[in-house]
Amino acid sequence: MATTETMTLNMGPQHPSTHGVLRLVLELDGEVVVKVTPHIGYLHRGIEKLSEHRTYHQILPLTDRLDYLAPMSNNLGYILAVEKLMAVEVPERAETIRIIMAELTRLESHLVWIACHALDIGAMTVFIYAFRERETVMEIYELISGARMTSNFFRVGGLSQDVPDEFVKKVSDFIDVMPGYLDQYEGLLTTNPIWLKRTVGNGVISAEDAIDIGLTGPALRGSGVDWDLRRDNPYSGYDKYQFKVPVGENCDTFDRYKVRLVEMREACKIVRQGLDKLKPGPVLADCPQVCYPPKESVYNSIEGLIHHFKIASEGFAAPEGEVYQGIEAPKGELGFYIVSDGGNKPERLRIRPPSFVNLQAIEQMSVGAMIADLVAVIGTLDIVLGEIDR
Amino acid sequence: MAENNRAVLKLKEKFAASIIDVVEFRGEVTVTVAKDVIIEVLSFLKQSLQFNLLTDLTAVDYLGKKEERFMMVYLLYSIPNKDRLRIKTPVTEVECKIPTATQVWKTANWLEREVFDLFGITFDGHPDLRRILMTDDWVGHPLRKDYPLQGPDREPYKGRLS
Repeated sequence: MATTETMTLNMGPQHPSTHGVLRLVLELDGEVVVKVTPHIGYLHRGIEKLSEHRTYHQILPLTDRLDYLAPMSNNLGYILAVEKLMAVEVPERAETIRIIMAELTRLESHLVWIACHALDIGAMTVFIYAFRERETVMEIYELISGARMTSNFFRVGGLSQDVPDEFVKKVSDFIDVMPGYLDQYEGLLTTNPIWLKRTVGNGVISAEDAIDIGLTGPALRGSGVDWDLRRDNPYSGYDKYQFKVPVGENCDTFDRYKVRLVEMREACKIVRQGLDKLKPGPVLADCPQVCYPPKESVYNSIEGLIHHFKIASEGFAAPEGEVYQGIEAPKGELGFYIVSDGGNKPERLRIRPPSFVNLQAIEQMSVGAMIADLVAVIGTLDIVLGEIDR
Repeated sequence: MAENNRAVLKLKEKFAASIIDVVEFRGEVTVTVAKDVIIEVLSFLKQSLQFNLLTDLTAVDYLGKKEERFMMVYLLYSIPNKDRLRIKTPVTEVECKIPTATQVWKTANWLEREVFDLFGITFDGHPDLRRILMTDDWVGHPLRKDYPLQGPDREPYKGRLS
């Protein structure tokens, strides 16, 4: 008598569609997925442990390396948590530039998402187009911080330096043309029969299940939950901006795709509002206990030099207590939970990475689907292993 | 103020004897409860007070600083009411285990695995308690305070003064 048995297949960690070093052990019945067991940790660098041995300023460069496709969002989440702990007021210009950069980062992250997601499903042209636009965002990064990816541009209390004069024009030119490019992507995908076949009805997760498993960000909004931290628990002055929060209906990959595309258009609008609000002024809080002194003072006065030396070597002592700051990062809720014992280093720094929690839903979303649809599910969850493994 | 927080009022009503501490710091409310009622408290908050999203679950190691070495931290969020609440409960080193929260939120599955992996706290009733970030044969729990920063069997790094 003929019998059937399932087959175990190892997918990754070196696999182009697992977006990094994700390893999935699949149990397959023919081509149908019966069980998915993700194995993570290949990129574990112990950032939480390292942070316990560094001053608050020294932790900042580590946060760039979490979600390396959206470094400024990580910086923003971390400094907001420290500023909450220290009760520092940030000048308006710094806040505005932060929001402009956070939204450009959202665009950048979503561009990589659409590029890789489309490539995984077989639409190669979109990949080339989206990476072309991402390059402009990288150039803006390089213009203001000197680095294309590990920007380390924000500081506790404001920014590391003011932006150069070309900044406004460069950003403005970019967001003028960006909606046109989004139309191009939509022209290639939204009504494309192959794209529709691959995404409609794929990776369905109901709103209730999505909340239960802890999905956040566009993945949750694709399931019809109208919740966005920027609007509902505004931070860093987001309450002064007008934007729409897109929500999906059918809880599938196609709806999550549409949600992210609308988010990109809204991001352009927020950046435009930010540029309109941008007024000259200081970019660092007047708070010498916490902030680095301006460079002119470091180079030209002994007091400034000593001040710089103190902040760089000892840092600052934070009051005893604990704070949590969650922000709407491109991939979901990114949270930093700091426990301070009154010293100059955190007693504990916990990073709540959106991708880690979102990846948990992969089994629920892909069991019963074909193996090729699992690839679409990985793409739609938009994970980055840098922040999953930390 | 913390006393007027909607969740704190209800918790005080229902679990008066088990509440160890209520703190408000920078507008964030933290309630510390006894370990034996933790799952009841979490279920009550989810069912009756709409804290439907478990944002985060983690632990803190207070080696040598507190009598109970570990503190479990549950960070809850209510999507309908848009507010947060932090629930903490102490765990001793001798009895280093706590009931799992996976039956309350599925999210807790991986988050508890991570705490098990990095802190060595065991979760009773967890469906799949394995290491998650470190390899299966790893010895020790890296986020414990007595675990050396440079890793086991290595000379401490002396290149920095601090």
